[in-house]
Formats: sequence, C-alpha cells, structure tokens
Amino acid sequence: MIAAVLSLTLLGAALGIILGIANKFLQVEGNPVVDELIAMMPGSNCGQCGFPGCSGAATAIVDGSAPPTCCPPGGKALAVAIAAKLGLAVDLSAIADDGPKIAVIAEELCIGCCRCSKVCPTDAILGAAKQIHNVFREACTGCSSCIEKCPTEALVMRPVPVTLQHWVMPKPLAA
Amino acid sequence: MGFMNRFKHFLGDQLLGNNWGVHPDDHKRPAADAPVRVMPVPARLYLPLQQHLGGAARPTVLVGQKVSKGELLAEATGMVSAPLHAPTSGTVVAVTEVTAPHPSGLSLPAIILEADGADEWCELTACADPFALTPADIGRRVAAAGVVGLGGAAFPSAVKLGGALRAEVTTLVINGGECEPYLSCDDRLMRDAAAGIVDGIRLMLHATGARVALVGIEDNKPEAIAAMQAAAAEFAAVQVRPVPARYPMGSEKQLIQVLTGIEVPADGRPADIGVIVHNVATALAVRAAVREGKPLISRLVTVNGNCVAAPGNVEVRIGTLAEEVIAFAGGLKGDGLGLARRIMGGPMMGMQIPHWRVPVVKGSSGILALDAAEVAAAEPDPCIRCGSCVKACPMGLLPLEMSARIRNEAYGEAIDYGLKDCIACGCCAYVCPSKIPLVQYFVHAKGELAAQDRAKLRGEATKKLALQRQERLDREAREKAEAAAKRKAEREAAAAAKAAAEAAASAAPAAAATVGEGV
Amino acid sequence: MSEFFLLLLSTALVNNVVLIKFLGLCPVMGVSKSVDSALGMGLATTFVITLAAGASWMLDNWLLTPFGMGYLRILSFILVIASVVQFTEMFIKKASPGLYQSLGIYLPLITTNCAVLGVALLNVEQKFSLFKSLLYGFGSALGFTLVLLIFAGLRERVALSRVPAAFAGAPIAFVTISLLALAFMGFSGLNV
Repeated sequence: MIAAVLSLTLLGAALGIILGIANKFLQVEGNPVVDELIAMMPGSNCGQCGFPGCSGAATAIVDGSAPPTCCPPGGKALAVAIAAKLGLAVDLSAIADDGPKIAVIAEELCIGCCRCSKVCPTDAILGAAKQIHNVFREACTGCSSCIEKCPTEALVMRPVPVTLQHWVMPKPLAA
Repeated sequence: MGFMNRFKHFLGDQLLGNNWGVHPDDHKRPAADAPVRVMPVPARLYLPLQQHLGGAARPTVLVGQKVSKGELLAEATGMVSAPLHAPTSGTVVAVTEVTAPHPSGLSLPAIILEADGADEWCELTACADPFALTPADIGRRVAAAGVVGLGGAAFPSAVKLGGALRAEVTTLVINGGECEPYLSCDDRLMRDAAAGIVDGIRLMLHATGARVALVGIEDNKPEAIAAMQAAAAEFAAVQVRPVPARYPMGSEKQLIQVLTGIEVPADGRPADIGVIVHNVATALAVRAAVREGKPLISRLVTVNGNCVAAPGNVEVRIGTLAEEVIAFAGGLKGDGLGLARRIMGGPMMGMQIPHWRVPVVKGSSGILALDAAEVAAAEPDPCIRCGSCVKACPMGLLPLEMSARIRNEAYGEAIDYGLKDCIACGCCAYVCPSKIPLVQYFVHAKGELAAQDRAKLRGEATKKLALQRQERLDREAREKAEAAAKRKAEREAAAAAKAAAEAAASAAPAAAATVGEGV
Repeated sequence: MSEFFLLLLSTALVNNVVLIKFLGLCPVMGVSKSVDSALGMGLATTFVITLAAGASWMLDNWLLTPFGMGYLRILSFILVIASVVQFTEMFIKKASPGLYQSLGIYLPLITTNCAVLGVALLNVEQKFSLFKSLLYGFGSALGFTLVLLIFAGLRERVALSRVPAAFAGAPIAFVTISLLALAFMGFSGLNV
C-alpha cells in the first residue's frame, strides 16, 4: 500500500516538475487570438454587441460566450472572417440583414445641443452649439448610439436606399 | 473517310478541351432577313445618365432648355465614363428617374427630352482626312461622341482605344460573332453597311497602332461574311475570318482564342497579350464620330421572340421606350397574351425587365418578347453530377462544385474553384438536365462578394475614423491639461509676484519706520 | 526491416484503431467538420500516442514490472498520458493559437481518448520491445489520423449536399462513418 502511494506520488511529482519547467519555456502572454480578433473588429467601440467595446466582444467571441455574428457593423464579412480564424461554424442567417442604415437628422427638430456629436464613435456628426447638426453619410456606421441622446427625437435611423451599383441578385431558391 | 475525319475532330476537340459552349437553336431568321426599318423619333426620349460602365454622366443642360440634335446633354465624369447627346432636337422637360434596363427593376437618373419634330442637327465638325489625325486625336473625337461598346457591355470605346495604344497591342479583333440566339442587329449591320464598318475598323487600327484586324463572324451568317469580305478585299490589314457558330463565340476571351490561338490569362486582360476587341457596330459608330463628328444617338435593335408579330431589326434613337419600339415593329401577337418574359439584350446574357416602359440605351442589342415555350421555366431538381455543365463551360470551370458551395454560402471556396473567371454566359444553366439555375448562383455570388468587399472597405474606413476620433480626444485632453498647467503656473507666478510685492511693501514702511525712529 | 514495415501497415490499416478496434471515436465524430482542424487533431494525437506509448513502456518495464506493481498500470499510465497531453496543449497554444482555438475542448480530451490508453495497454499485453512499442504507437496514430482525414473530407462534401432534415448533422455522419468502417473491414478480409 505504502509502496503504491509513494511511487504514484513520486511519479506525479516528477511529471509535475517537468511540466512546470516546460511551462516556463512555453509561456504565452495574454491571448494572441483575442488580439488578432481585436485587430479585425471595426474598432469604433459602438457597443451594439452588448459588450464594453470591441475588445470585450473579441474576448467574448473567443470564450464562446458570444457568436461570431455578434458585431452588427462588421456584418457578414466580419462574421465569416472570424469564423474562419477560429474554425467555428457560422450561422449567417443569425445576422439580421435588413440592409444598412444611417442616422438622419430632421433639421426642423434639431436644437443644436451637441449631445449626439459627442457620442458619435466616428465623428460623423457635424455641428456646433445652437447650430443645426448634420450627419456625414460616408462616415456614419449606423451604430445608432446617437439616437437616444437626442432630446427632441430629431435623429432617426433610415435605411440606405439600394442603388443599381449596390444591388445584389438574390440567391436562387434551393434546388 | 468522312467518319474518320469526324472521329479525328471529335478526338482533337476532346484532347484540346475545345468542346466548350452550347448550340442553342439560334432563332435568328426571319428577323435577320427582314430589311431594317427606321423608326421615326418618338414624342419623348428617356435618356439615363449612366448607359455605360464607369461613372455616370453629369447633366450640362437645364430643364426647359432647347437643344438641337447631337448637342451635349451630359458630360463624362472621371477616367472611365462617356458623355450623352441629344438624339433629336427638342426641349429638356425633366431630369428625373426612369426604370433601368436591369433585372432589379430599380430606377436611375435620366434626362427626359421632348422632341420638337424638326430633328435638326447641331453644328458638326467633320473631318475630311481622318488618317492624318494622330491616334490621340481620334481617341478624343471618339470620347467626345460618347461611343461605347455596342455589343452589350457598353465600355467606353475611347478608354479602350487609349489603353490599347499604351499597351502597344498588335491585333485588333472585331467581334461580329453575335453568338446570342435571337439577335441579328450586327448581322444586319454587316450586310447593309460593310464598307462603313471596314472604314471604322481601319480608323481603329490607326488609333490603336495595331497591325492587323481580324473580323470574326460566325459561319451561320454567310451573307454578312460575303459582304464583309467584299468590303475588306482591298485592305490587307483587315481580314474576315469565319468562325464556327457556337455560343459564346462572341465572348471576348473565347473569340480571341479561336482567332489568334492565344489564351487570355485568368487574371489578365486581352491587352496583356497584345489584343483588343471591339464590336462591329462600335466600328461603325467610331467611323461616324471621326469622319462626320456625329455622336452616338441611335442604334440597331433586334425585336424578336415568339410573341412579336413582325420580328426584325429597327433603327431607333437612344432613349426610345421599348414599348414604342415594339408598337412600331408591329406589336405583340394577341396583345401579348402569351408573353412569359421581357428581355432587353440577348436571351442568354440580356436583362430581364419588369415592364416595357424601359428605354433603349446604348448597349441594348435586342428587345425580346418570349412565350412560355421559349422560356421553358422549370422547378430545379437535385444535381445528378452528370458533368454536362463542366463540358459546356467555356472557361473550363466546375459549375456544379461552385454552385454547391455558393448554396452553402462558402463564397471563399467558390473563388478557389475559379468563380472570378466565370463570364456568366449561362451555358451551364442552359445544358443542366436538372434545370438548376447555375448562372444565377454565380451572379448572386459575385454581387455578394462585391458587397462584402465594400463592407470590408467601409470597416477599414470606420476604424480609421474611430482612431482619428481617439487621437482628437487625446489631443484635446492634452491641450486642456497643458492649458490648465499653464494657467496654474501663471497664477502661481502672479501669486508669487504679489507675495513678493507685498513682502517688499511691508518691508519698506517698516524700514521707513525704522529710519524714522532712527531720526 | 520488412517486419517493422508490416507492423506499421497492419496497425495503420488492417487493425485500424478507430474503425476496427473502435477506440477514440469521440474526436473522430467531434473534430471532423473540416479537413484543416482534423489534420491538426491527427498530428496532435499522433504526437501524444507515440510519446505515451514509449513513456508507458519505460514505466512498465523499468518500474512497474520489476517492483511487482502491475496493478498500478492503468493509474500510472493515465498520469503519464495526462502530462503528455498537457505538454502538447502548451506547445500548440504557443505555436499555433488558431489551431488551439479550433480544437477547443477536444485538445484536453485527448487525455481521455481511449485510443491513447488502449495503445499503451496493448503494448504491454503483446510484450513488444521499446522500438516496436513506438512503432506500434506511431502506426496506430497514423491509422487514426488517416480515418480522421478521410472522414473530415467526406463530411465536407456531405455538408454541400442536400441532406433530408431528419438526417442532417450527426445522423448522416454516423451513416457515413459506418460505411467507412465497412470499407476498412476489407483490409482484414471477410473471414469473420
């Protein structure tokens, strides 16, 4: 009995020491996958995914607590790229794809309070105090973080109209 | 012997992979044999600002302005673009949106011109001896006339000529293949205006610096071949070469390979192998632009299909509604009761249009009214892996593998299978015994990939903006801190100075007092 | 020489560890969705099985048998295997974070992969020499990797076809692998 306990203890200790030494040489600082993912994300920290910023979302995706499709501004392209990186299966139908949207300011309602321009993650809203604000269409990512800041409901999300250049032939129904 | 020859051909074709393409029933006659009818100018013309590949033209006229025939309506923008001219004299009544000749049924901005009936030309600058012009001058005249590729793709011709000159091409391939079934406008043009086409070809040779022009005409158009051969007989540089009738013989890469024996590389352009391709109708338009200074304002359109009462070719002004062209050509049989599909262009690669109120644009080669028998729509069955599509594919791709991946949205894998080389000719879908809409999958995937690329570019732009904002916030915080520090320093300096002054002030009376006491 | 070659061939194909001995089915079903991760899993398992086969041979012949502690065999083997897997995990995490991520839970689960323990125990049972043990371990691992790769390739193709809803996912995978097992039965001949 004692021989068995002793020998297994010794064996375990010896293996433990070997692993401990190996761990010293193979130490990994942080999680490189998370860093790679952060580099892929839009980086606007808009918070639509429900995590604190893009790095939070990247960590959650690597943990598996969030699907790769959780980033609305990244859209399908990002979801596919992340899934390929992590070797995950991705359900693209999970992306609510009702087309891109951008914020639009109703000029007759805007009071020029500057609250929206302060929160815009891409500085897409131009305006000074007591001046009617406006949204740069090219810079707006459609994150809608400005919408709830507006005291007069002058800001609304509008779908971007489809043009001939952006039209995509629908996928044929499954054969 | 005949059998042996056929066997040898078969074997050779099999070994060389030269058995691509399909042989659809061409439906070209009787439309091709009917003489061209010239349609009078309609009351209103609808002129989309983008009738070509590249940037849309920018209007240079105002609503209410009177213009004469051939006057500039909209100018070219950017590197790849083409201007737009008034097809007749009249008044600009609106700049608005019209339905595009496009399967999406979306609209695009257009100028609406009301004809005044006079049809008076503006002042044209003719050129008596165009061969004295430099190639660049010819290019400028072609660009100013708004000539685009009339085969269907509508790529601005001047851009192509200029590129060919820079790339020092040696061979000009003239596409008289017209491999699409139903269409016969190029056939008709070659029969009726062979001399003009050959003149245009010689001008293009001059403009590109190419040494020889090979005119490829499918052998199902013997009259056109004869006419072109007669017209080109005295010019050694222009050679008319009959090619076997097979779809898609009129596709750029296929025609080049058949005529020159050289294959265009997968990610290359014809200019890379010293070849440039232009359509026969483009050659005629180039001639009109260079010799007479006439802009491109009309074209031949084939009106065909089982539903058409009198099939034929009609010369129409750009901007005429398809509805009016059909009415002029004799209308639809039984008021269009059996109509199953409306198409602008050819049946294989043309655009399905939602209604007839779509204008003829520079690239419209045909207006087709097909009945149910011609459309042969069927529910797709599962793929039986017969490989018919592989054999038919002129690009040597594997349509069945690509479509299976596209169905599962594995677009990246479809690219690995050569999706980017697909020319969307539709041979695969045509031959598929299971009636799988293969080419629709590919068009969808190409659009989807383009959308993903756009999204990616947008993502990068967003990231840059977010970084710039962060920098701005940091800079502002830093400046604020610096300003605060400066103010603090100033305050402290002021306080110190004040304290020193007070100290000096308090010391002085004391000293004075001492002095006083001392006295 | 031919003896060693035959040993390798027979362990890899004729006595395939997955499809004939039915060991290590968990990763075969779990990590066979894509050929890339299947290859990674196969290489990791190859490393573990070969190393564990050698280490357990040494443990058994130099410690357990001389001291008459054969009853500790399974326990001590598990200990050795667990350490080798732990080492492999550290190594992959350092060398290829992407593969580490895609293997996920299946990487630590190599510990409980019965093929690893099975090969180590079979070595003892057949009283192989050290070199033969290593060869036996390597051959088995090769067979494991082969099956994993073939199966992953098949599943990639099956994923492209239209499978009836009731069969989609695991059911069609089981049908596929049973057909693969029938094919491998051909190596040993139908003399049952």
